[in-house]
Amino acid sequence: METVDPFVFQLTIFVLAIFVGYYVVWSVTPALHTPLMSVTNAVSSVIIVGALIAAGPDELSTAKILGFIAMTLAAINIFGGFTVTQRMLGMFRRKK
Amino acid sequence: MAISGNLTAIAYLVASVLFILALRGLSSPETARAGNLYGIAGMAIAILTTVIDPEVASYGWILAAFAIGGLIGMTVALKIQMAAMPQLVAAFHSLVGMAAVLVAGAALDNPQAYGITDAAGAILLSSRIEMGLGAAIGAITFSGSIVAFTKLQGLVSGNPIVFSGQHWLNLLLGIVTIVLLAYFTLEQSPELFWAMTALSFLIGILIIIPIGGADMPVVISMLNSYSGWAAAGIGFTLQNSALIVTGALVGSSGAILSYIMCRAMNRSFFSVILGGFGGDPTAANTAAGDKSTKSGSAEDAAFVMKNAGSVIIVPGYGMAVAQAQHALREMADKLKEAGVRVRYAIHPVAGRMPGHMNVLLAEANVPYDEVAELEEINSDFASTDVAFVIGANDVTNPAARDDPGSPIYGMPILDVDKARTVLFVKRSLSPGYAGIDNDLFYRDNTMMLFADAKQLTEGVVKAL
Repeated sequence: METVDPFVFQLTIFVLAIFVGYYVVWSVTPALHTPLMSVTNAVSSVIIVGALIAAGPDELSTAKILGFIAMTLAAINIFGGFTVTQRMLGMFRRKK
Repeated sequence: MAISGNLTAIAYLVASVLFILALRGLSSPETARAGNLYGIAGMAIAILTTVIDPEVASYGWILAAFAIGGLIGMTVALKIQMAAMPQLVAAFHSLVGMAAVLVAGAALDNPQAYGITDAAGAILLSSRIEMGLGAAIGAITFSGSIVAFTKLQGLVSGNPIVFSGQHWLNLLLGIVTIVLLAYFTLEQSPELFWAMTALSFLIGILIIIPIGGADMPVVISMLNSYSGWAAAGIGFTLQNSALIVTGALVGSSGAILSYIMCRAMNRSFFSVILGGFGGDPTAANTAAGDKSTKSGSAEDAAFVMKNAGSVIIVPGYGMAVAQAQHALREMADKLKEAGVRVRYAIHPVAGRMPGHMNVLLAEANVPYDEVAELEEINSDFASTDVAFVIGANDVTNPAARDDPGSPIYGMPILDVDKARTVLFVKRSLSPGYAGIDNDLFYRDNTMMLFADAKQLTEGVVKAL
């Protein structure tokens, strides 16, 4: 059998993840659509892993500086996004 | 290397599953808090896995970035007012977009670090395409979100900005960007990359300025979606499965929310994108003429509601602006003490982002099981004594149901007009965001309460 390009594997993951996202998000209760947005925003900051690799090497380079800025921006999002989501979810209480 | 590579991939898989569980948790407020903790755990795993990668050798800058970002992020998140959530989310989206651009730029500058070069040292063709796409979508997300932020924060007017030839200009810029992207994938030149990115920033601004304030829930959802696609594009470039999965989840989440918002306004996604709808009221439809209204005071409202068996409160964006949610909950408490059944009805596009009203009511300690969505509660208005409309307008306009000539015809509305009495809190008779007169104001069973939402509600509380 011929070898499959890694891109095809990634595409497979991507398409399946879209389907997972589709079904999971439709099951989210409309009352929690605002926390849904803030938490999706926080998790999409996992883009920070790309910034970490750019900022990782010892020697100074354009990539390292770009990586540092990207890391800082994503960190704002991660800490801010999860914190504000937790804060909002803490407000949703049942009838006593 | 092979083993550690596999372990890294498995760690990213675990992180992806935790992110899916984080979204899954939001199916009910009961499980949502645990879901958020799964999300945090997934993020921690993804970051730690990357940090122990041998490519990452110096930790000083990383710690500095986390310290600065963490401090800013936490401070903002703890201080932000719930009414300002839409702005905050728009600002957060812009950061994801910018981070995507910067990571793509970094990968272009130092592709060896990401292992995306061929034997000759050139970047792989597929990585160039993905990198270009990620950067372009990221740039559009960034500048579009900044425009949305300035509109929501009131730094610029929420009016749509339209000029002739706008759509042709956007189309032209879009084509030029695609051509530059194609050249970049062939040439791998940083100049082409940054020119394409700069043009994408411009497109981001131009596609958001024609969209009016009333369509902001769609805009925010759409930018949410874009930020996900940008992240996925970068995930492909870096061949990182966690990033691809997350990008796909966020992208489809934002797309579904955009769809729900469009459906709730009976608008097509395309017509929202083309813009020009919903700014400050126009004079076109305000020929109220000889129609007369009944108006009342806070005391009248208190009397009517105290003697009712059931009340449904319909909050809208005006309540958020007036910060009346706490007074409103006090009012509901007093009514419940008097034996009145009190519930809240929420239209999907009430507020400036999906679910905005629910968060504001939760902030004021309104139990979530008293808050109902449109489909759950709409048939109950006919058997309800009083509908108390506070800060909502277009979403109650019977014209959307009854008048085929109305611009909002077909939009699902809350049938407040079917309640025995409608109490309508409003500053004046001015039309809502859609610029359409509301026939409800002139009906016999409607009592207008002309006042600021918060002052009026406090007046009712006093009178009870």
